[in-house]
Amino acid sequence: MSGPNVLEVRGLSARIAGQEVVHDVSFEVPAAGVTAVLGRNGVGKTSTLRAVLGLVERSGEVLLDGVRVDGERTDRIVRRGVGYVPEDREVFAGLTVAENLRLAHRAGPGGTTAEHRALVDALFPDLATRAAQRAGTLSGGQQQMVSLARALLNDNRILLVDEPTKGLAPRIVGEVAEALAAAARTVPILLVEQNLQVVERLADRVVVIDAGRVVHTGPARDLLDDADLLQRLLGVHAETEAAR
Amino acid sequence: MSTLILLLATGLGLGGLYFLVASGLSLIYGLMGVLNFAHGSFLTLGAFVGLAAGNLVGAGTWGGLLLGLVVGALTGAAAATATELGLIRPLYDRHIEQVLVTVGLSLATVALFEGIWGPNPRNVTRPGWLASTTDVLGARVPNTAFLNVLAGAVVLGGIVAFLRYTRYGLIIRAGVENRAMVTALGIDVRRAFTLVFAVGGAAAGLGGVLATQSLNYVSPHMGASLLIFAFIVTVIGGMGSLTGAAVASVVVAVLQQLANFYLNNTGDLIVVLLLALVLLVRPSGLLGRPA
Ligand SMILES: Nc1ncnc2c1ncn2[C@@H]1O[C@H](COP(=O)(O)OP(=O)(O)OP(=O)(O)O)[C@@H](O)[C@H]1O
Ligand SMILES: [Mg+2]
Repeated sequence: MSGPNVLEVRGLSARIAGQEVVHDVSFEVPAAGVTAVLGRNGVGKTSTLRAVLGLVERSGEVLLDGVRVDGERTDRIVRRGVGYVPEDREVFAGLTVAENLRLAHRAGPGGTTAEHRALVDALFPDLATRAAQRAGTLSGGQQQMVSLARALLNDNRILLVDEPTKGLAPRIVGEVAEALAAAARTVPILLVEQNLQVVERLADRVVVIDAGRVVHTGPARDLLDDADLLQRLLGVHAETEAAR
Repeated sequence: MSTLILLLATGLGLGGLYFLVASGLSLIYGLMGVLNFAHGSFLTLGAFVGLAAGNLVGAGTWGGLLLGLVVGALTGAAAATATELGLIRPLYDRHIEQVLVTVGLSLATVALFEGIWGPNPRNVTRPGWLASTTDVLGARVPNTAFLNVLAGAVVLGGIVAFLRYTRYGLIIRAGVENRAMVTALGIDVRRAFTLVFAVGGAAAGLGGVLATQSLNYVSPHMGASLLIFAFIVTVIGGMGSLTGAAVASVVVAVLQQLANFYLNNTGDLIVVLLLALVLLVRPSGLLGRPA
């Protein structure tokens, strides 16, 4: 085995269109459980995930299982076992559900296995019945299932999941959280999430980002139980959040 | 009536040639965002090398033409692959530089072809049937038109089947939609780039040899003149849309023939006006996705 952390990020910065939007961010993701990335809108959560994957210009160190990967192309990093569920799902609208999933299949070690297919079938039975439907004609919730399934099909070392419940009806939010909970039993997850109920249900640890910097890390419980800290870091009132 | 049939038939044949060039342009642009100005050079090189190979078997024989078509396609594919690997790939995602490099390559290669084969058109020897006509409802249709339509249809069907039924086809279709997400699924999309160049180059090389049969000559400049209309076809059809390119190839070529005959040789002008109209009314082209 490879130490306690599956992912280590050290001094990571990211630039978009020449402007630095993530500054010198460092954090770790342990080899089990869910680590949540929290922060107000526009603070750089998505950019941090994209910088880890090399999808935006970046500097700093990214270690996967103790190995530096920050010099590698995105597709190489992903084949090392990083599953990505992007913000806004990014399914291929013109391809069918089956084609979206087929594209995500990877061969070889860390790739698609019978167990992972079985897990996807069990979690998202809808996808099998809609195999021939164009992904662009699916509902938002169904598209999120496709996006999650693409990452869950492979024997990944870690999943990077960006706001999977964004814009979904409460019942669907529950289903997505359920699927993530099931996935988290087999693979560590770095989860960007704004819905604190989902965070409370899934997350073991939190990393809070503000203005492109890490401003807090620690057990999820400690943050969620501390109304002052929540208010200060995220600008939410614990009561109103719980009442939602 | 027979005149109209003749114009339609020759228009369809010309449309087949346009499509052989435009299909590659459209695929390359759709996936990579690169306007490939060197595409005409793949065509010219395919034509010269293909004819030379055919002459080894026998100028004006079917065997020679068949070999010429195969060698022309392979030559186009090889030239396109070398271009992608040597010039386009090192400039990954720098579209302006990539376009400039293809412009430079097209200028340099035309000069090179002139140096090797001379600047003037040379006559070619065609199989007898291709040099003659067939009577269709009173119109004497050049037989090259049938060959061009057949070639265009076969290439269209082949590319559609490739895109629909192969894994690389799937990667290309996905990549046209969202390239970054394809790489985020662990796929090296650059291989698809090379493949798209190779397929486009093969179609262009094939088109080059076919064009010599219709024109009855081969020249270092034939690629450049076909490329202009292929670009127009690609834009009208919708950059990146293969079916759009097919439809626009036929529309543009038929319109060109009709205007040349009925409107005093104004075919080229009418085509440019059509281009302007499409750009004004539907900037993403007939079948292109709105930006
Ligand atoms: N394509 C882009 N062009 C210019 N600026 C961008 C682009 N993408 C992101 N940014 C900027 O980078 C900063 C960080 O954005 P990012 O999407 O990472 O934030 P986020 O924390 O994920 O926000 P949200 O909670 O709204 O998803 C923002 O200020 C945003 O305006
Ligand atoms: Mg975001």
